[in-house]
Amino acid sequence: MEPLLELKGLTKYFPVTGGFIIKRQVGNVHAVDGVDIKVGEGETVGLVGESGCGKSTLGRLAARLYEPTFGKVLYRGQDISHASRRALKPIRPEIQMIFQDPYSSLNPRQTVGTIIRGPMEINGINPHGGHEKRVRELLETVGLNPEHYNRFPHEFSGGQRQRIGIARALALNPKLIIADEPVSALDVSIQAQVVNLLQELQRDLGIAFLFIAHDLAVVRHFSQRVAVMYLGKVVEVGDRESIYERPRHPYTHALLSAVPEATVDDEPRQRIRLAGDVPSPINPPTGCRFRTRCWKAQDRCAEEVPPLIQVAGNREGHLTACHFPEAPTTHGEDVVLDPALA
Amino acid sequence: MTAVTLTETGPGRRGDSFLSVQDLHVSFSTEDGTVKAVDGLSFEVEKGTTLGIVGESGSGKSVTNLAILGLHNTEHAEIGGEIWFEDQELVGASRTTLERLRGNQIAMIFQDPLTALSPFHTVGRQIGEVYRKHKGASKREARDRAIEMLDRVGIPNARVRVDDYPHHFSGGMRQRVMIAMALVCDPSLVIADEPTTALDVTVQAQILDLLKDLQDQMGTSIILITHDLGVVAQAAHNVLVMYAGRAVERGTVREVLGAPRHPYTWGLLSSAPRLGSSVDVPLKPVRGTPPSLLNPPSGCRFHPRCDYLKQVGPDLCSTEQPELSPETGHADACYLTLKQKQEIYTELMEGR
Amino acid sequence: MLRFLTRRSLGAAFILLIVAAVTFFLFFAVPGDPARLACGKVCPPETLAQARHNLGLDQPIFVQFVEWFFGIFAGREYEGLGHCPAPCLGYSFVNREPVFSTIVDRLPVTISLTIGSAIIFLIFGVGTGIIAALKQGKPLDKIASISSLIGASVQIYFIGTLAMYFLVFQWQVIERPRYVPITEDPIGWAYGLMLPWVVLAIIFTANYTRMTRSTMVEQLGEDYVRTARAKGMSARTVVLRFALRGTLTPIATIFGIDLAGLIGGAIITETTFSLQGIGRLSIQSVNNSDLPMLMATVLLAAAAIVVLNVIVDALYAVIDPRVRLS
Repeated sequence: MEPLLELKGLTKYFPVTGGFIIKRQVGNVHAVDGVDIKVGEGETVGLVGESGCGKSTLGRLAARLYEPTFGKVLYRGQDISHASRRALKPIRPEIQMIFQDPYSSLNPRQTVGTIIRGPMEINGINPHGGHEKRVRELLETVGLNPEHYNRFPHEFSGGQRQRIGIARALALNPKLIIADEPVSALDVSIQAQVVNLLQELQRDLGIAFLFIAHDLAVVRHFSQRVAVMYLGKVVEVGDRESIYERPRHPYTHALLSAVPEATVDDEPRQRIRLAGDVPSPINPPTGCRFRTRCWKAQDRCAEEVPPLIQVAGNREGHLTACHFPEAPTTHGEDVVLDPALA
Repeated sequence: MTAVTLTETGPGRRGDSFLSVQDLHVSFSTEDGTVKAVDGLSFEVEKGTTLGIVGESGSGKSVTNLAILGLHNTEHAEIGGEIWFEDQELVGASRTTLERLRGNQIAMIFQDPLTALSPFHTVGRQIGEVYRKHKGASKREARDRAIEMLDRVGIPNARVRVDDYPHHFSGGMRQRVMIAMALVCDPSLVIADEPTTALDVTVQAQILDLLKDLQDQMGTSIILITHDLGVVAQAAHNVLVMYAGRAVERGTVREVLGAPRHPYTWGLLSSAPRLGSSVDVPLKPVRGTPPSLLNPPSGCRFHPRCDYLKQVGPDLCSTEQPELSPETGHADACYLTLKQKQEIYTELMEGR
Repeated sequence: MLRFLTRRSLGAAFILLIVAAVTFFLFFAVPGDPARLACGKVCPPETLAQARHNLGLDQPIFVQFVEWFFGIFAGREYEGLGHCPAPCLGYSFVNREPVFSTIVDRLPVTISLTIGSAIIFLIFGVGTGIIAALKQGKPLDKIASISSLIGASVQIYFIGTLAMYFLVFQWQVIERPRYVPITEDPIGWAYGLMLPWVVLAIIFTANYTRMTRSTMVEQLGEDYVRTARAKGMSARTVVLRFALRGTLTPIATIFGIDLAGLIGGAIITETTFSLQGIGRLSIQSVNNSDLPMLMATVLLAAAAIVVLNVIVDALYAVIDPRVRLS
């Protein structure tokens, strides 16, 4: 079956300019560099990685808010990588976004009704029974009181505002929602409400999700397939179980072992402490980009970019970009690279 | 400001703990009315241990810790109760007393090292000036000390980096600078306010380990403020769970995370997914939203969001404010009986 | 830093060239014959033609501009008028003097006026701003805001004229403002300019008070200021070393603009107090259609703005190390 959304070798460079009067390009931020991801109809794909790994840029590319530098964005097989405004018009309603910050992504001078009605008006959609009726329905769908139609965003709490953002995304009956850190600005007790809501909508309406987050546990809970990004590249992708139970890439191991768990288990988990931070995407390391923080790195890692392939021992669809993959388990040896802790 | 009587020993003062907060009240006057940010909070910190204070936004956890250092603007904030640090009472202590304590015996680490460090001064200067102020060191000594501290928190090439500005460092390195600055005078208490919230998970793990390591070396006590029970599990010895300006549960990490007793603590634990939890069942969020502190709910402040009012009986939760009990050890502020708590929690955990 | 300054200076020169060209061509776009003015009241056609030729006005406009431009670096010969040494900004049509020497004559008056008042309004403006910020909502803050509101709404020709009328003519508490070179008599210099200084400062102080207050309030709420307090720094250090530092950038910005404006000519001030500075010179040259003089005053004003802009930009980097000059 044809995937709903397919990203092929997707690359986005942001130019770094310098110079006076005549600006010239002095370099590139390699925000996203050759990413292949497929999202099937009604499928939930999670995208995890640390800040600066390019996951948000990738989300915006997929929604065609950015134009890719190289590579393709295919929506239902149609190449929309460089499609014009006009050509995108029929597709825009089908791909919607939910943003991280519920405080800044809603216009404070508009009522909730106007905010949610906006996308319908712009796209000339006249639902049965009129805009207002549809907005009230949507408010109810996302668990808000339909009577709040005429209120302003500041009258709502963070979690409720995020619900308004979700209602706005739903207004056009999208087929794909790109959710960029939809719960990370919310309090823990509220996060769960929003995650549950998204999951219900996904099941009831059959919407596909590209779920971008840095919280590995939330991504695991929400996504059928997961891609792990590091410095603009996908280092590992696979179904949920493969990534969380049988990870192969050292970076995936490090991420999983760093998640602080609220348990008091006596059996100690594998402990990997990387040194330093993610390098600058302006001058990413040659070869494998993770090699500067990797305990398994050898000369080959600096010379050859590891391809994203099904390495020996991986299940179907589980791809890893590593020359020296780890054993497929979450129980390994402790690794401590941090000089202050050595 | 409330008048505070400076007694030799406060009524609830205990001999062994070296920080003791007794019946702390902090309220702010705003245009809409008085916000009771902290309302009758008591806790202790023992020497050389880490107390994790957990709560969501508006729970009063940061307000409490700014009160310890007297960092609230006394024109807007009204502070009552007692804070005993070693042999000093800090509520109502003079400005010079507090200035001598801050950065010297009690130091703070803030959430976002990018905004919390001055962009105008080199890190060496920012670290060194604390040492100069409190230890009367010369410029040269302060600089050497800054280099030593940077080295100790794992900043490579400290001798060169001491002259860099904060924006030259990455997020994790900046937080290390912040830690170096906090520890430069060997304080006996460090208050870390969400020290890893702005950082990535792999860096968060480094920073938590570093704090623990330095604590082992220097015997510092730490108050670790966080919204993440996972961070507490990893880095703290004792836990205080706060909700809407009050403590709802207290105990060791093992007690509180292993056998939690307060419905809010259950909510926090069950609402966050875990790496090992079942993915087919929906998360169990705490329903509703945190209360406004302008008009906090009567009785137990958590009662409008609590699912177990019926088990307690008619009206008790909405009329009477439960106190944290017992006095010592694992304690909680809830009217359910211990047996009920154990049963409910066991049942809650079965589905996971 | 050096690279930055070189590049910015080149840019500045380029901007000045454009300003000069625009002024030059605009001048010839408006009706009026400067040669007639230069020629005098009774002006026979042949004298007029001679004057026109002497001043180079019979050449195509473009050639005139090029000659004027090279004159700045090489000097120029004027038939019947004599040599105009470099830097030659032309010969005044009206007072038959090289423009440059007139400018050199008048500039000290304007500079004295500028520096004196700038010192006063900078100290008072920033000082009151800091105090107002620290005493937010207190009577002192309210007094400061009300007086800066009044200061911002009065105009120099109003308050200046009032001051002249009452202080100088009615009550005679101070002498009529006049300019004495500082090299001759420093006390007389200061005394002679005291009144215009104070009047100018009243107008400008308000702006600095408001700007300092609002930025300072913002800075006092910054995390790093809280960190400084949490480190045990004294209140004085926190304000002066931390919060004030962040307040300097916007102050430097408006100070650069104000200073440039004043050097370019405090036209109204100089007119009100009858001081013979650049401001009055520019007005006179407009009234007389004295192109070379007008060009010179316009260029001076433009140069002041451009140069001070470069200085302010360089200052940004000194104040805030995050600003990189490249």
